[in-house]
Amino acid sequence: MTELKHYFAPTSLDQAVECLKDGDVTILAGGTDLTPQSQAGRLKIKHTLMNIRHIPQLSGITLEGKEIRIGTLTTITEIMQHPLIRQHLPVLADACDHFASDQIRNAATLGGNICNASPAGDTLIPLLVLDASVELASMPEAKLYRHSMPLSTFFVGPGKTRRSLCELVTCIRIPLPAEGHVARFHKLGTRPALDISTISIGIAGTLKAGILSNVRVAFGAVAPTPVRASQTEKALEGQRLDAATIEKAAEVAHNEVKPIDDVRASAWYRKEMIHNITKRILSHVAQA
Amino acid sequence: MSLKHDIEFTLNGVKRRVTVDVTMTALAMLRDVIGLTGTKYGCGEGECGACTIQVDGMSLNSCLMFAVDCDGRNVTTIEGLANDSKADALREAFVEHGAVQCGFCTPGMIMQADHLVRNECCGDTESIKRGIEGNLCRCTGYKKIVDAIASVSGAQN
Ligand SMILES: Cc1cc2nc3c(=O)[nH]c(=O)nc-3n(C[C@H](O)[C@H](O)[C@H](O)COP(=O)(O)OP(=O)(O)OC[C@H]3O[C@@H](n4cnc5c(N)ncnc54)[C@H](O)[C@@H]3O)c2cc1C
Ligand code: FES
Ligand code: FES
Repeated sequence: MTELKHYFAPTSLDQAVECLKDGDVTILAGGTDLTPQSQAGRLKIKHTLMNIRHIPQLSGITLEGKEIRIGTLTTITEIMQHPLIRQHLPVLADACDHFASDQIRNAATLGGNICNASPAGDTLIPLLVLDASVELASMPEAKLYRHSMPLSTFFVGPGKTRRSLCELVTCIRIPLPAEGHVARFHKLGTRPALDISTISIGIAGTLKAGILSNVRVAFGAVAPTPVRASQTEKALEGQRLDAATIEKAAEVAHNEVKPIDDVRASAWYRKEMIHNITKRILSHVAQA
Repeated sequence: MSLKHDIEFTLNGVKRRVTVDVTMTALAMLRDVIGLTGTKYGCGEGECGACTIQVDGMSLNSCLMFAVDCDGRNVTTIEGLANDSKADALREAFVEHGAVQCGFCTPGMIMQADHLVRNECCGDTESIKRGIEGNLCRCTGYKKIVDAIASVSGAQN
């Protein structure tokens, strides 16, 4: 890896992906991860530092057909306050409300949260249960090329994603939830503000006449990446949300996660909390 | 040699041109390059809020921002609030309520409070408390700070 030699602030998407061609580029968005990581020497900035702030196509929240598009540069504050999000995706607004502090929410971008790929990233759990996909742009030949992948396949390890070095995340797309859609997020930490999740849970599905279907369950901070919990989803799919189903699902969740001991909590505590909070969320959903 | 870059931005209402290290934070630029030391360095990692400034009308931690990212933007620091009637009211309220003891957190606290008042984000004391979650104070125990902001925003309970 070479030393930092170049600063570039493109004003168009074409310029940005052209610059990414050789891959030796560090992308700067809001900087709330990059600044402390580079100042502390945990991250070395590559040959080029590319600031994407001045590319207009990367901002904004819009309804496009049956999807909501959130530009990668959209801040956590913008998401939390936007009428489209509050109306259609309240679970995402709720997760943003539990994010860091006002100052950090004003600077941190959604794309930065995704690309930083922390197992405890707060937007990742609601995005997973909302079936979000990530759009990436690159310039393999002379033309701009875009492709999408489901967020559920995007993460490969702490700080590691399937984004190639030549790609830029441009936006997140989320299908409009169907009638009867319910979704909940819970972040467990030791204090209300500026806390990294000890665990977090997202649960979503369609609730009709007491039956939950299209179930999505995701857990944060219990594995090297944010994860979908397929066994817990199976235990709930098509079931009536009664006390027996809820207890069974909470037990499956408890056995499904394989967390580690770290400074924030022991693996034992994390498993207990996954059980208890899964149960609590499902009980709330049953009463909704 | 560290890489340098020229940037141009509006600082407290005045156009500035500065040459900065590309890897430098906005906080280091304000204090060490420009010489405005009202903005404080507390933790350097986003936890304490002593470095709070406003950029394009939003409050943020200058220790979590690259200096080069100020290019083309509108930056306000505590020095920029010196002749501002809204901020005068906050400053007087802080003094009146005893919300300043050692004073280290005060510039960041005022920058954040000013952002909350301007955006009408403090209709009640609960929203004031939430609004200053990113600002630590080791002296006052926060009550006096919340009271001071409430007296300006007209917040009830
Ligand atoms: C004190 C503190 C508290 C925090 N609290 C929380 C919290 O409660 N919850 C939480 O989830 N996070 C938290 N964070 C982490 C951080 O604020 C978020 O991850 C934030 O969303 C990162 O966004 P950014 O725009 O600041 O990213 P940046 O720092 O600009 O970038 C982050 C990473 O993503 C890459 N990147 C950014 N945009 C793109 C793109 N479009 N394409 C490709 N790569 C890209 C960058 O190269 C970099 O590697 C906290 C951080 C701090 C310092
Ligand atoms: S110095 Fe920036 S938050 Fe503490
Ligand atoms: S007055 Fe001393 S830190 Fe707040």
